[in-house]
Amino acid sequence: MTPQPLVIINGRLVLPQGEPLAAPLRCVGGRIVAIGDDAQAQDGDSVFDARGALVTPGLVDLGVFAIDKPAFHFGGITRAALMPDQAPPLDHPARVRFAAQSGKPDFWVHPLAAATRGLEGTELAELALMREAGARAVSTGRRWIADSGVMLRLLSYCAMLDLVVVTHAEDAGITGSAVATAGEVATRLGLPSAPAEAEALAVARDCALAEMTGARLHIRQVTTARALDLVREAKARGVQVTAGVTPAHFMLSDLELVDFRTFCRFSPPLRADADRKAVIAALADGTIDVVSSGHDPRGPEDKRLPFADAEPGMAGAETLLPLTLTLVRDGVIDVTRAFTLLAGNPAALLGVNAGRLVVGAEADLAVVSPDRPWVVNSDKMAASAGNTPFDRRPVEGRVLALWKGGARID
Amino acid sequence: MHPSNPTPSPDSLTRRYPAGGLAFPHRDLTGIGQLARHEILYLLDEAEPWVELNRQSQKRADLLSGLTIINAFFENSTRTLLSFEIAGKRLGADVVNMHAATSSVKKGETLIDTAMTLNAMRADAIVIRHASSGAVRLIAEKVDCPVLNAGDGQHEHPTQALLDALTIRHAMGLPPGSDLNGLRVTICGDILHSRVARSNILSLTALGAEVSVCAPPALMPAEIEVMGVKVFHDFDAALKGAQVVMMLRLQMERMQGQFIPSPREYRHLYGLSLERLARAEPDALVMHPGPMNRGVEIDSQVADHVERSLITRQVERGVAIRMACLEVLTRRARQVPGWAPLGGDRA
Repeated sequence: MTPQPLVIINGRLVLPQGEPLAAPLRCVGGRIVAIGDDAQAQDGDSVFDARGALVTPGLVDLGVFAIDKPAFHFGGITRAALMPDQAPPLDHPARVRFAAQSGKPDFWVHPLAAATRGLEGTELAELALMREAGARAVSTGRRWIADSGVMLRLLSYCAMLDLVVVTHAEDAGITGSAVATAGEVATRLGLPSAPAEAEALAVARDCALAEMTGARLHIRQVTTARALDLVREAKARGVQVTAGVTPAHFMLSDLELVDFRTFCRFSPPLRADADRKAVIAALADGTIDVVSSGHDPRGPEDKRLPFADAEPGMAGAETLLPLTLTLVRDGVIDVTRAFTLLAGNPAALLGVNAGRLVVGAEADLAVVSPDRPWVVNSDKMAASAGNTPFDRRPVEGRVLALWKGGARID
Repeated sequence: MHPSNPTPSPDSLTRRYPAGGLAFPHRDLTGIGQLARHEILYLLDEAEPWVELNRQSQKRADLLSGLTIINAFFENSTRTLLSFEIAGKRLGADVVNMHAATSSVKKGETLIDTAMTLNAMRADAIVIRHASSGAVRLIAEKVDCPVLNAGDGQHEHPTQALLDALTIRHAMGLPPGSDLNGLRVTICGDILHSRVARSNILSLTALGAEVSVCAPPALMPAEIEVMGVKVFHDFDAALKGAQVVMMLRLQMERMQGQFIPSPREYRHLYGLSLERLARAEPDALVMHPGPMNRGVEIDSQVADHVERSLITRQVERGVAIRMACLEVLTRRARQVPGWAPLGGDRA
């Protein structure tokens, strides 16, 4: 079913470069066909009046743990890369194929193939067959591949297949069963903790292996000053490395753990405030390329437990956009870069023709009011569970309308 | 009086506490961290008469007659469980013990469901031990009666710290009301995995003591110095000037991987022998929360030293402290005059 041609008028287009541009945009056959003067409405077009709001690409969420359409649509997300940490893991072509179809037509899921069988970090999974089945990249999941020999072979194989390898940066030999970053808070609470340097060690090794193999490496979450310095240096040397983060690590520090709040249990764990500030600096200077939600809705059976026994993760899809827009309000980044972090860069990493408002791209579009205020309420979320550390927080930025492939999502 | 005893702060000797329930405005005892200095002293003072009672042949007081106390122990314990059970029974309460090994916890029931079940049985106080830090507080939020922490993971073990403070006070010949101003205490052992260490650091520093901690780096928590202690890795250096030496055992059950090469090597570096003890103050006292690993962190000559070792006296004070905590925390339910129920959020 081909959607009716669409023209959005009176919007400010967030284009890949420059300031938002007051101009119309026209889509035909699910693609953007015209921007600016050419984009006049024709007979039979559906016309949407954006009334001065931003017209942006639909967000591309690189690294979610569950397909939770109501939450994604609330948050303006039209595509998500699904982490392989499913039960069972996405380590088989059939499971990848199923996952790739699971959101259509109004939401596209790009499965991340498990790098190793069962995500155990020992034997490579059938990566080429999973690519055929629809995998858009390869991921080590929420785990670290301890064996450097396995990691080397993985990266060289993925370099050949031209698949990005999405890694989790925590040296598991150091982290063990830690649930917090070593420091005053973890010490006072008596929580198993690991030094923040566990991340830098992992980043150092994986950057060295990526440099050796020419592979494309995306470190899904880089959350410490030391590790961000390593990414910065590797990029300067020409290593094909990119870095991501979720809003939790630029909004919160480990002080949130007092009272054993399990909604603040993440993997990697929250860091010291100096690291949080380093993440913000890295968002400003271009070291961090992607902001994603890490969406992982968890009910009380996983969260209403003693801190160390609770599962990590947060329901982040609904708050991804407004929390990223706090960086714009604070002058850290401009609105164009915000959508590069949220849509353009993740789409490019996944190799999908979306995430940017350019002629020929998929018409995944959002109309966004960047300053509409609302209050996060964990009891009334669109997500399948309300495990957000941002409960009761007033935020600004709301999606007013959303299209996937030119078709309106209600 | 002990020759090198500390000098209590003058204000502590007045034993003036806020009136009635304001002296202890908490529903639960989840940690020393929740208590102000005067609240710690209040509990110590409340334990003094129970120490006396426990030395009589007739040890019963029927203050808690008709109340039900559940000891819910999700982690194995002998001495603490026994101590709480005796404390409850001497106060005349009906005491029921729930062991995790024989409970539905093994059948997959969540901690919250277990807590709700205990709550539905209308306990008047619940004493909880659990292997996870913060678990006791989680349960306290879900039940209607006072909750006492008998040890949660690596977080806190408040009654142990209270009984240690009381034992020190008695051994130093200090009167009721005294704090431990200026006392030099060295805690040595597996600080990282020890809830006893954390509670004692909080309690001793609140009472004015100077606390040093000593452990190999792998068993020392990060940034522990922010809790107001001096950090040592060399036991001999840590012992210098110590008036009280508190030894902790290696908590092998909480270790993932190897933290020390061998118990023999650990003893070489951190075992308390008579020779080592000589590096502390001449009349330094030795404590251990138990269970002891004789020949590892402490030699038998030290553990059994009649003048220096307080280990059995600690156990004795443990019952009195737990009686005091149970009695104070149930005052609101027993409608003791001046102890109005607490409103609003749990404190």
